[in-house]
Amino acid sequence: MSTIIIFLSSGLFLGWSLGANDAANVWGTAVGTRMVSFKKAALVASIFIILGAVISGSGASHTLGKLGAINELAGAFTVALAAALSVFWMTKAALPVSTSQAIVGAIIGWNLFSGSAIDMKALTKILGTWVFSPILSAVVAIVLYFVVSFVLKHWKIHLVRLDGMTRVALLTAGAFGSYSLGANNIANVMGVFVHSAAGMFTDISFGGLFSLNGVQQLFFIGGLAIAVGVFTYSKKVMMTVGSGIYELSPITAFIVVLSSSIVLFLFASRGLQELLISNNLPSFPLVPVSSSQSIVGAVIGIGIAKGGKNLNLKIVGRISLGWIATPVIAAAVAFISLFIVQNVFSQVVY
Amino acid sequence: MLFNRAKSIESNIDKYLENILKSSLIFEAGLKEYFDGKQEEFEKRSLEIQKLESESDEIRREIKYKLYKELLIPDARGDVLGLLETLDNVIDTAEMVMIRFSIEKPKVWPELKDDFIELTVASTKCVSELVSATRAFFREIGKVADCLVQVHFWEHEADNIEERIMRRAFEGDFIDKLSQKVHMRYFAERISLLADEAEDVADRLDIYTIKRSI
Repeated sequence: MSTIIIFLSSGLFLGWSLGANDAANVWGTAVGTRMVSFKKAALVASIFIILGAVISGSGASHTLGKLGAINELAGAFTVALAAALSVFWMTKAALPVSTSQAIVGAIIGWNLFSGSAIDMKALTKILGTWVFSPILSAVVAIVLYFVVSFVLKHWKIHLVRLDGMTRVALLTAGAFGSYSLGANNIANVMGVFVHSAAGMFTDISFGGLFSLNGVQQLFFIGGLAIAVGVFTYSKKVMMTVGSGIYELSPITAFIVVLSSSIVLFLFASRGLQELLISNNLPSFPLVPVSSSQSIVGAVIGIGIAKGGKNLNLKIVGRISLGWIATPVIAAAVAFISLFIVQNVFSQVVY
Repeated sequence: MLFNRAKSIESNIDKYLENILKSSLIFEAGLKEYFDGKQEEFEKRSLEIQKLESESDEIRREIKYKLYKELLIPDARGDVLGLLETLDNVIDTAEMVMIRFSIEKPKVWPELKDDFIELTVASTKCVSELVSATRAFFREIGKVADCLVQVHFWEHEADNIEERIMRRAFEGDFIDKLSQKVHMRYFAERISLLADEAEDVADRLDIYTIKRSI
């Protein structure tokens, strides 16, 4: 067991950094504007991230598995470490970075190193989703913006009551956002370990009510790491998001969080995918997407809905850069790291 | 629970705004009575407005307490309290002007009577439009701007009438003593002050509205 924990450590570190950074996307404005206290936000976030990871985490992680089925624990460790290092370095260099893009790049690095064929169909699906997710987020935000504006105009809710309702709405959207974040992004944290580590866990049954299989236990541990990130480091980031980078009114914040949560959920929920397919409707591929880009997409959507005055093309450019630069850097880091782990530390990486 | 508490604050705010409106109507009726020489009726109105003012203070304190103790809405809390406190200046001014009339009993010359009535009506309209703007701020934010236009219009009207009174008092020959001319100027300024106070609140409301629009 201790070997597993040591090898999982790189993934847990990724999880920690995800909790520290991405929880702020969901809770930043609510906490930054003191509509919701940090303690309450952190508690709700942690519970729902873990629930999302354990209940709905397998879909997006399955797609990552298709891209590269990393069959050795040391390989998975190195790939997650390479992704974590890439995220760390790019953040330090103030470059836009997303864990989702880093992990995909690192898996490609493993593919190249191990000589495994890259599943181009899976890769195209992932890349397409990255471009599509912020756009979809913007579209959802525009629709929600008009719906909310209509409701506010015609329902004439008293300001005091509206504020109470906004707070409840922010909490609910935050819980849903956290669930979606856990469901969609657990793949980044634990996805690479599924093939090599999940088999080492035995199924646990809880009094016949429900049981957790190996993958779910793995995702539970990953979810815990994200929760630790939320509790230990996200407050600072939330305060920055809430009062600095983009200032949003509590109601707009609700729209932004809800839009991005819907998008993250669409790309994570297997149940929804099956429902859409069974009704002959177009379904969404289950792919880990960047919650930050989803949020930025929603903010841009609000800008467009308000008349397009706040549309910053520079931001759009930086997002596009992230789609290419992050995976390329992560792939290179993974390739080099795998070489070192294999040849210096004599570990089997594939 | 949350909505019950919200309902209680809502009714307090409604009551407070109703009192502001009432006080401006008493102000108008009282001053008209004064200009008509009905001193006794005027004194009754003056007492009425003082009662209303202290009742409003009580309601304002209650709202403040509830907002801070029970409903923590940090984003709007400061704005709402700031708004209610500046609105209090309006009712205070109405009360203060009536007390001054009651104590100093200025002689209003027949040549200026209509102008004084006109000034009182303009100032009162300014307040009633402000109350409408504030109500809109709480329930229908899209309508605030239209009401604020009316507030600014009536404040400008009040300024014009105030200037007219001062010119006629000083340039006309129906008032002999300088002290009496100054007295007319002083009371014109006081009545117009009600409109100025209303405009100050309107300026705040303008900013709060921008902050609240989504």
